Amino acid sequence: MDAQTHSAKKLITGFILALILTLIPFAAVWTMAFPVGVIFGIIALCAVVQVGVHLYYFLGINSKAPTEKVLAICFAGILIFLMVGGTLWIMFDLYERMM
Amino acid sequence: MLGRLGFDALPFYSAIAFGGASITVLGGLVVLLLVTYFGKWRYFWEEWLTSLDHKRIGIMYIALALVMLVRGFVDALMMRSQQAIALNSNGYLAPEHFDQVFSSHGTIMIFFMAMPFLTGLINIVVPQQIGARDVAFPFMNSISLWLTAAGAALVMVSLVIGKFSTAGWTGYPPYSGAEYSPGVGVDYWIWALLVSGVGSTMTGINFIVTILKCRAPKMRLMQMPLFTWTTLCTSILMAFAFPALTVVAAMLGLDRILGFHFFTNDAGGNMMNYANLLWIWGHPEVYILILPAFGIYSEVTATFSQKRLFGYASLVYATAAITILSFSVWLHHFFTMGSSPNVNAVFGIATMIIAVPTGVKIFDWVFTMYKGRIIFHPAMLFTIGFLVTFVLGGVSGVLLALPPADYLMHNSTFLVAHFHNVLIPGALFGYFAGFQYWFPKATGFTLNKAWGVRSFWFWIIGFYLAFMPLYALGFLGMSRRMERYDVAEWQPYLIVAAVGALSVLIGIFCQGMQLYVSIRDRNKNIDVTGDPYNGRTLEWQTSSPPAEYNFAKIPDVQEIDAFWDMKQRGVAYAPASDYEDIHLPRNTGVGVILGGLGFLIGFAVTWYIWWLVVLCVLGVAACLITRASQDNTFEIIPAAEIEAHEKARSKALEEHKPAPGDFWT
Repeated sequence: MDAQTHSAKKLITGFILALILTLIPFAAVWTMAFPVGVIFGIIALCAVVQVGVHLYYFLGINSKAPTEKVLAICFAGILIFLMVGGTLWIMFDLYERMM
Repeated sequence: MLGRLGFDALPFYSAIAFGGASITVLGGLVVLLLVTYFGKWRYFWEEWLTSLDHKRIGIMYIALALVMLVRGFVDALMMRSQQAIALNSNGYLAPEHFDQVFSSHGTIMIFFMAMPFLTGLINIVVPQQIGARDVAFPFMNSISLWLTAAGAALVMVSLVIGKFSTAGWTGYPPYSGAEYSPGVGVDYWIWALLVSGVGSTMTGINFIVTILKCRAPKMRLMQMPLFTWTTLCTSILMAFAFPALTVVAAMLGLDRILGFHFFTNDAGGNMMNYANLLWIWGHPEVYILILPAFGIYSEVTATFSQKRLFGYASLVYATAAITILSFSVWLHHFFTMGSSPNVNAVFGIATMIIAVPTGVKIFDWVFTMYKGRIIFHPAMLFTIGFLVTFVLGGVSGVLLALPPADYLMHNSTFLVAHFHNVLIPGALFGYFAGFQYWFPKATGFTLNKAWGVRSFWFWIIGFYLAFMPLYALGFLGMSRRMERYDVAEWQPYLIVAAVGALSVLIGIFCQGMQLYVSIRDRNKNIDVTGDPYNGRTLEWQTSSPPAEYNFAKIPDVQEIDAFWDMKQRGVAYAPASDYEDIHLPRNTGVGVILGGLGFLIGFAVTWYIWWLVVLCVLGVAACLITRASQDNTFEIIPAAEIEAHEKARSKALEEHKPAPGDFWT
């Protein structure tokens, strides 16, 4: 864990980006400026980018990260794929059968 | 001022509820009085409650688990006796009370018996197995313990003040929503889970880091003992699965308290997503419970067969495969929810696939025993009982994995028999085996053998008597959770099941006697060498109980069974001279205080005492800031003290040099 990963500049940049990515979904819901489907898309997109921001700015994960960190993130990626993908599949399948 | 808390919350409405409350209060008072009478408050506070020593934290976890095991078993006994007499009769439990009993039985056995039991064993053993002096985050470990205890306390308090949930241990909405369960029961349940769930998540993180970062420098991953491997996989499951439970319980709490509509009938709520999210945690949880037990069976089988573990690599790969696969089968808990056949088929097949690595493990243990000179220590008896019985539970599980068959069995007592058949032999017998096996390591003296053997026989016979009839009753069409019934054909089976529960009661009594007799005769059964069974893994190299720092010198690991290998090379007790100072964490009471605040937050939210919630949240923040700004959190054990301690041990070892015949038989 070198000084570079935790430099104040990097942390503040990350914090401001995280703040913006949080405010955008709130604004979208507050103003209802778009159709509901688009708002869902905006929230999901901001959430995914937010994860990336946290990993890069706060946890110092970049292309030069050690193998074990990359492996851990790949593992988490597989589990998220199973959980989120499985949930979407199950719930939309139920939704269609209820129609 | 006190929210919805009033005098009507006290259990004067029913004699049985009042009896339960009285026993709880009296039990607590007796403990407090005894500690006061013997003047041990300072000792308890300084040596135990505030301790950051992983071995003491582990012992406290196990003490909690044993208390909660008795509480959860009393619930089981009440259900079995009610069902034995409830043919065309109301029995002795009112329907609402019966519902509380089965809800608290499940909640307690999973969250406050099994979880603390396995976490306690992991705490005592894993750092020693990897040649470490402590866990990676000792303070976080203490917080985990006290948050778990706070959750357990919330469940116990619900016996005295208010009522517990009637929604079953899974708390499915809409029944558990505010509309149908307006009382405090479901809130107690939610907050017990939320508070202890944070503790479990932190335990998971703690042991992932401990195992990956704190091993003896020369120990490679494929040289780690099997219990360490299964702990690593369980910790990964905890860290990834428990957030799902936290989220789903919090969402249900928001529905109930702030009028959200995640899972309600109306306003766009979808209760099916609750089942989905709950079991995303719930299925990995099954493996969180069972994998450490598999690790214990591996250690016990190798030690008491006096052979190297058969198929070490295959056991590791099977454990890893189960870890991933356990995240891909959760829909089998709700096949009947109405998914399309394709969805059910995919999850059914995934469920059958997960039986394959488990089967591999069974063969590995059997082959380890093959041609071994088996010693029938009680731990080994529990292991053999597991091997035979667990296969039955596994086969009934593969049967249930077929969606068409599941449609017939769903919510019947067949299902109840199935999951008790995997969890009691699979998980609980493993913890008992671990308890018998590592007891001398934790305390310094061995357990009485005769009472251990008796407890095993009463447990296993009781298990078969209690649960085999439930398989048959499932086929006869009996649903689970019935507090009365009118089918005369069922009653004989239910009476046999109640007799089984009585046998288990005797088994638990034998365990109590075993503890009593062993503590009474402790001076005759002292484990001088620290290696009572001619062990194979590193925890047997330390003294019993281990010094605060476990290892004066970090062991030099060259083989899978590191300690066995050292004994073969004659370097296991090689004297050292150049000792160095050791840094260890200083005890702190912050963990206890955080646990207390966690309990108060849960209690206050349950009863809508909002000012107390705010106060406690501020208290948590104050604790964390104070702790974070302390500099002096470590103490140093000087090299001279270590040298004196190790010399005394070498002398004792010299006098009690173990000869081959001396080991436990």
